[in-house]
Amino acid sequence: MEDHEAQELEFWQKLREEGMSRTQMLKRSVAAAAGLTVLTTPGLAMARGMAAAPPLKGKGFSMKEMIAEAKKEGHLNTIALPPDWANYGEIMSTFSKKYGIPITNNNPDGSSAEENQAVQSLQGDSRAPDVVDDGPAFAISGTAQGLFAKYFVSEFSTIPRAMKDTRGYWTGDYWGAVSIGYNANLISTPPKTWQDLLKSEYKGKVALNGSPLTSGSAVAGVFAAALGNGGSLGNVQAGIDLFAKMKSSGNFIPVQSTPQTVASGQTPISIDWDYLNLGYAKEFPAANWKVTIPADGVYGAYYAQAINAHAPHPWAARLWEEFLYSDQGQLLWLKGYSHPARFQDLAKRNVIPKALLTALPDASLYAKVKFATSGQQTAAKALIAQQWPSKVGS
Amino acid sequence: MGTLPFFAYAFAFLFLPAGQVLVGAFKGEHGGFTFSNITGLFHQPYIGAFQNSIELSGVTALAGGVFGVLIAYAAIRDGTPRWIRSMLTTFSGVAANFGGIPLAFAFIATLGSIGIVTKFLLNQLHYNIYLHGFSLFTKTGVEIVYLYFQLPLMILVISPAIDGLKREWREAAANLGARPIQFWRYVGVPVLMPSILGAIILLFGNAFAAYATAYSLGYSNLITVTLGAYYQGNVLSNPHFAQAMALGMFAVLALMMAIYIPLLRRAQRWAK
Repeated sequence: MEDHEAQELEFWQKLREEGMSRTQMLKRSVAAAAGLTVLTTPGLAMARGMAAAPPLKGKGFSMKEMIAEAKKEGHLNTIALPPDWANYGEIMSTFSKKYGIPITNNNPDGSSAEENQAVQSLQGDSRAPDVVDDGPAFAISGTAQGLFAKYFVSEFSTIPRAMKDTRGYWTGDYWGAVSIGYNANLISTPPKTWQDLLKSEYKGKVALNGSPLTSGSAVAGVFAAALGNGGSLGNVQAGIDLFAKMKSSGNFIPVQSTPQTVASGQTPISIDWDYLNLGYAKEFPAANWKVTIPADGVYGAYYAQAINAHAPHPWAARLWEEFLYSDQGQLLWLKGYSHPARFQDLAKRNVIPKALLTALPDASLYAKVKFATSGQQTAAKALIAQQWPSKVGS
Repeated sequence: MGTLPFFAYAFAFLFLPAGQVLVGAFKGEHGGFTFSNITGLFHQPYIGAFQNSIELSGVTALAGGVFGVLIAYAAIRDGTPRWIRSMLTTFSGVAANFGGIPLAFAFIATLGSIGIVTKFLLNQLHYNIYLHGFSLFTKTGVEIVYLYFQLPLMILVISPAIDGLKREWREAAANLGARPIQFWRYVGVPVLMPSILGAIILLFGNAFAAYATAYSLGYSNLITVTLGAYYQGNVLSNPHFAQAMALGMFAVLALMMAIYIPLLRRAQRWAK
């Protein structure tokens, strides 16, 4: 695996150095095909020398041509993008307006598993999703199943190394940290840490954004609680224990917090992504919603973009990626209170409007943020499957 | 020939999926034959989820069954105004089909920690039920919610049987000098018993297969909810293990039938 990865990377790097034109690249990929041990689907398509094969890299490619080809396709299929999640509503409408390409967003509340499932089962169907926004575990498993096409966005080099697949199959897009949101009308002393949530004044008030048996976001809540209760990313026992303690004291109510429960006050304290909680604060002024990044445990996770290897609209899919990773797309995510992948780059170049920065919790709160590896994720899920039903879910 | 559509339907929607479950339950995560899915069912937390599901279904089927018969009889017996019966039937028809997320939500809005009934008790009577051991999000809570559809279902399915108790039998028994208790002991209950048993089995299956209500209440220690988590695949993913759980559910229902059929035969002995 490592071997051909390095080989391929070297190959693309060489291409960049030589500053080849697209036609040259196509010719070269035919030659390279023989040398590479593993041939990928888009590689094949290129090797066949199809006239309308989209490029592998955005950098150096004419945006004009990409836009023209995408417009010819005239449509983009997305999947599982909730409009009130990380500002996706505005991101989609801005894209459509800018390029005149309408978007069909299927199953807006779907999960990563369902996204990959759709790529697989709708192969060859014009309704198949062109692009997915997967949790990293699903981006990795989808890559292994050969679901995705390689594509390096123009800004690939400014995305942190830890947030991308160097082979180009998927690219991290935005990240958030687990936060504690609370209704300041109902909660007089704001909870500041995970340990605070055990206080008796919060009886019947603490909710999580789902069941960790079915929701990756809820698993993140358990990870964060583990960090705040003396545990680690490698062992989330402490996190399950914290929830078990809250459940037996009656603090934890197992109702899944949603925009509706937040607005109605049914979940006065909600453990959720910072970008969702911050979004609720703006969306429901009457709920007087405030957000804390708990000081004793900051857990973050990112999502990843990938392009369907058999996308019905391959050019529009690549244009969508270029749009998302452009400064404009990245700032739209930031407007939705999530940290876009190129946050550091944007900050360095001073292109972030002050208003957007001040709307986020202080940067120092995020300094201790920890991300779990896919191995740690697997271990955590196995432990949760064993213990959650009897300790918390009953 | 006329039954062809029925058999086609049964094949497509019963035998085909059941066969798929049967085959899938013995497949490994990466294909190939294995018993590990089945043996896995006998470990925690899965065996516990089965036990809990059976207990929950048993309790709500028995409680719903007993109270359902009593309520239905009270509404149908001579002397009860007719409008009470039609009202009860209409209500039962609606409530028996009320389930899933809407039902869970209705209960959260009334008996949840800030539900209107909870709030009313707290504000008017200064009694916080959540400080005195009640919680909607426990097994007792889920049982109460389940009874909301179990009880009406019992009323609906048992009413025709109660209608079948002819007034003449009662009069004949009275003429022969039987006291009411004797009438029930020797006539009423034996006549109703097969129907009651059948209805309770139906109630058991109804609760055993319920999913969304418990799921929305955050109650995950049930076999259906566990199965769903493995099938949905977002966090835990092992569809073949989920199929093994489904096979386990078949086995439980088959066991119920194995208990039910001899009981039914016993109950029907008088009819021969």
